[in-house]
Amino acid sequence: MSQYPINPELQVQGALSDNERLKAESHHLRGTITTDLKDEITGGFTGDNFLLVRFHGMYQQDDRDLRAERAEQKLEPLHNVMLRARMPGGIIKPEQWLAIDKFASEKTLYGSIRLTTRQTFQFHGVFKPNIKPMHQMLHSIGIDSIATAGDVNRNVLCTSNPVESVLHQQAYEWAVKISEHLLPKTRAYAEIWLDEEKVETTETEPVLGDTYLPRKFKTTVVIPPHNDIDVHANDLNFVAIAENGQLVGFNVLVGGGLAMTHGDKGTYPRRAEDFGFIGLEHVLKVAEHVVTVQRDYGDRVNRKNAKTKYTIDRIGVDTFKQEVEKRVGVQFQPSRPYTFTHRGDRFGWVEGIDGKHHLTLFIENGRLLDYPGKPLKTGVSEIAKIHKGDFRMTANQNLIIAGVAAEDKAQIEAIARAHGLIEDTVTEQRKNSMACVSLPTCPLAMAEAERYLPTLVTHVEGILVKHGVADDHIILRVVGCPNGCGRAMLAEAGLVGRGPGKYNLYLGGNTAGTRIPKLYLDNVAEAEILAALDTLIGRWALERHAGECFGDFVIRVGVVAEVKVSKTDFHA
Amino acid sequence: MPFTSLIAPASPLNAQQVQDLQKLVSQLNPIQQAWVSGYLAAAAQLASGGSTASVASAPQQAAVLTILYASQTGNAKGVAAKIKAAAEAQGVAVQLQDIASYKTNALAKEKFLIIVTSTYGEGEPPESAVSFHKFLFGKKAPKLPELQYAVLGLGDTSYEFFCKTAVDFDEQLAALGAKRLFARADLDVDYADAAASWQQGALDVFSPLLKAAGAGSAQVIAWPGSTATAGSHSPYDKQHPATAELSANQKITARNSTKDVRHIEISLADTGLTYQPGDALGVFFDNDPALVDAVLQATGTSGDTEVSLGGQTLTLRDALQRELELTQSYPSFVEKYAAATGNSELQQLVADKTALRAYLAERQTADVILQHPAQLQAQALVDCLRKVQPRLYSIASSQAEVGEEVHLTVGVVRFDAFGQTHLGGASGFLAERLEEGGKLRVFVEHNDNFRLPDHDTPVIMIGPGTGIAPFRAFLQERDNAGATGQNWLFFGNPHFTRDFLYQVELQDYLKRGVLSKLDVAFSRDQAQKVYVQDKLKAKGAEVWSWLQQGAHLYICGDGNRMAKDVHQALLDIAAEHGGLSAEAATDYFEQLRESKRYQKDVY
Repeated sequence: MSQYPINPELQVQGALSDNERLKAESHHLRGTITTDLKDEITGGFTGDNFLLVRFHGMYQQDDRDLRAERAEQKLEPLHNVMLRARMPGGIIKPEQWLAIDKFASEKTLYGSIRLTTRQTFQFHGVFKPNIKPMHQMLHSIGIDSIATAGDVNRNVLCTSNPVESVLHQQAYEWAVKISEHLLPKTRAYAEIWLDEEKVETTETEPVLGDTYLPRKFKTTVVIPPHNDIDVHANDLNFVAIAENGQLVGFNVLVGGGLAMTHGDKGTYPRRAEDFGFIGLEHVLKVAEHVVTVQRDYGDRVNRKNAKTKYTIDRIGVDTFKQEVEKRVGVQFQPSRPYTFTHRGDRFGWVEGIDGKHHLTLFIENGRLLDYPGKPLKTGVSEIAKIHKGDFRMTANQNLIIAGVAAEDKAQIEAIARAHGLIEDTVTEQRKNSMACVSLPTCPLAMAEAERYLPTLVTHVEGILVKHGVADDHIILRVVGCPNGCGRAMLAEAGLVGRGPGKYNLYLGGNTAGTRIPKLYLDNVAEAEILAALDTLIGRWALERHAGECFGDFVIRVGVVAEVKVSKTDFHA
Repeated sequence: MPFTSLIAPASPLNAQQVQDLQKLVSQLNPIQQAWVSGYLAAAAQLASGGSTASVASAPQQAAVLTILYASQTGNAKGVAAKIKAAAEAQGVAVQLQDIASYKTNALAKEKFLIIVTSTYGEGEPPESAVSFHKFLFGKKAPKLPELQYAVLGLGDTSYEFFCKTAVDFDEQLAALGAKRLFARADLDVDYADAAASWQQGALDVFSPLLKAAGAGSAQVIAWPGSTATAGSHSPYDKQHPATAELSANQKITARNSTKDVRHIEISLADTGLTYQPGDALGVFFDNDPALVDAVLQATGTSGDTEVSLGGQTLTLRDALQRELELTQSYPSFVEKYAAATGNSELQQLVADKTALRAYLAERQTADVILQHPAQLQAQALVDCLRKVQPRLYSIASSQAEVGEEVHLTVGVVRFDAFGQTHLGGASGFLAERLEEGGKLRVFVEHNDNFRLPDHDTPVIMIGPGTGIAPFRAFLQERDNAGATGQNWLFFGNPHFTRDFLYQVELQDYLKRGVLSKLDVAFSRDQAQKVYVQDKLKAKGAEVWSWLQQGAHLYICGDGNRMAKDVHQALLDIAAEHGGLSAEAATDYFEQLRESKRYQKDVY
């Protein structure tokens, strides 16, 4: 029950979705997970626990490449979990890195560390007997995975900007504070995974509510002009406003989100709305009450329309904003001016204003693994053994070796080069291409993404060379399903999986990430996608205005219509 | 029952009896026929020593509507659940099931079926329905003259092969002789309304038929499993094997497993061969032709040479391939071969029995020849070798479940030695050389010392590795008989993810309560090795309590170590939880053995 007066006319009435029942019956996310952990007959979780473990940062998955084969073998799917750590702002220390590196090698099916668009790392392929040891290992190095999935506020992102170290440090601290403030208060995580004593308390969830949020909720802190974390993919964004290099407050953007459902026109990717500026003293209360308004007015009947973006479209931006203002007890001030210019990471060395050096490494697909001739994962662990600063995982799935003293640069670069972590031949196109995890582990995937991206980029590189624009690039993203992890719906060219080998092709995002692309080709195979890109990139090379990006070009010449208001334009 | 089957070769009736029975049956209405069938079943059960209680408690069958869903995203499952609710509201008994866990061999017995299916990718069935789809379009698909059905497809018209799987099921069921009761609908993404109206239309047709059928069959007493065949005599034995057909050869250990275990299905159709849970199947096999070639070459003999064997004349190649033992090694061969070839090294070895045993432990018969080539007369070679013996495998199925099939769980013997991969004779034949559809000679080896007790008695089954085979048969038998006795299985193998034989079936038995308890020991999944005997001891108090309640105890599998270790664990349990002295514990299990409550099938 909300502690605020509710206007039932603004709520969606009807039978609640089954997820609401299971949250309500879960005893604050406990369910019967501990019983399932003792069940030696299946590697999976049963009943509600299958979904409840998500609130603890894990997804039950299986190796889909093996699913049919194992069914024939009368074996259950190769159940395992994927774990997504909570790392606000993506900063991780070398000693932490060495511990997760060891676990990934010794206790996961795939032996990899996967950097993700949520600015954190994932373990893929953890079998049931290793789940509790995994959480205990993480706890011992000060890491948890609370609320990195499920209907809660997830890992809070923060622009990876080591150069402006003072501003970044201030913004980063807010990301951590917001993450902590919005965490579930239940002790379920500590009890189940860390064997901490059961304390008899009457638990409540004053912010998230006893049935948590209607749907997942994503928050960022962004430092313009860099939009690496893609504000429009997130429910709640704090845009850092600085004066003389010092943080003074934030513009608050609410209601972005990229997920949709194929064939359901009531779903669409949508940009976030600018609510206005707030001073630092109101940050936590504003974060809390954007969450509580979404908690109280989000759609709990139809999960496909449960995200903040649909709440805003249903009750109106002004209503939503006024309700937040009422609950916080302050008014949003007019937005302060800012601009986003780019989203990509700045690869190579940069020097910060504090005189420290930072090396950004391009990690294709974010997958750290020892490949033949390219022992990437070993390379990073070798760096971790001598590095005195920290690591920063970026929202573009890359890795920054941050805070390197001038005298240590050469040694770190030498290790990076020796392990294939720096390759001078990598093109701008490859560096600006991204894919979600997809097959074989993601249960939602309809088509390949991560495993297909390297090949696709090679084809697109060929097209760029053919048209004489080899040094240019388009922001290219491939995702296995329409749920938004790889942020294809903010790409200049986004491929969204439909079925094996088939994708929808969306065109018309921009470099700053402030425009939703529009459907250009429906359910097509690689040959058609490449033919279309060949034609359009050819035209772009010849007809573009100076400095005009591909996404702007296809809209100007009418290849696709611009999506201004998602609700009306996206499916038009 | 069609009368043709009364006069089939397997029928125990003579011509006059068939005629009399036909005459009687022709005068009966269906309800009378059903009553007679129940009467005869009960009488047969009594005559074969069964209890009246089991007849009286045999389940009464009402007409059931089976609804299967093949869901990729959960939509088909949701629609199926709604159809179930609506049908039940109309008083129809419904069995709703994920098509993934549906036992395909039950299909031939279904009367009323609704399938709700999605389609995946380029017209493929959803992953959960791949097996069912394969079955329906495969060689083993049964004729379905009894089945009345309807299919509902969910799909997305933007895909080229819209609702392809629904079309496949619909047309193939018809092709197999089933009757389509209600026309298929292929529904698009916004399926809700159309699904509701299809549901109404379909149930309007199904419900009255189901209700009528339910009344008609309510008197039928279920045929009491394979106990009815208990007394029947098979014309086949080791000397006169039946010719059967390999119908499936499926590896059931995962890739990366160190073990290669095959689930083998053999069709007994037209043989009339019957068996009971606990029996073994004798399998004759042909030797590997490549191995035969190598032996011919090593002995300088020609395969075309005629030799005599057991009073028959045949070519040497046929003798080596079909009649003589080339894999399982044994001392007398080395003696004869040493004498025939005059090989002094072998002659020395023969004199030292311990060395000979160690030597043979690492070799197959053919290895001895290949490592000691010598020019021999064809007949001399034949005279060295003994006749091949069929291999016995504990049967892994119950005919109450699989009808005219027999299933085996075969561990493939495979090892590398002397630069060659070696395969076991029979396991290599079944797993690698005999193609599906190929013929093989088999017979049933009855084993009255490994039998289920009556339906009410609890059983504890300990069967690690391929030792699980007879317990799969037991569970099938008890499931089909509706036995009320509790069933507890202990299973073990090296790794959970790779070697959990019949995992999905056992999970289903557990879920349905057929298995009351299942304890597993995966020895290599942790630093400290854990075996079935350890699990048994960990549950010692409960094991003892079951034994006090009259449970029967079964062990199947490795006799060298496992069965001994398990026996020791049982003695320890009797001491710890029963307070028995070492001597009393030994006596206790000896008494159990004598009263047939402690039975072993070990090898």
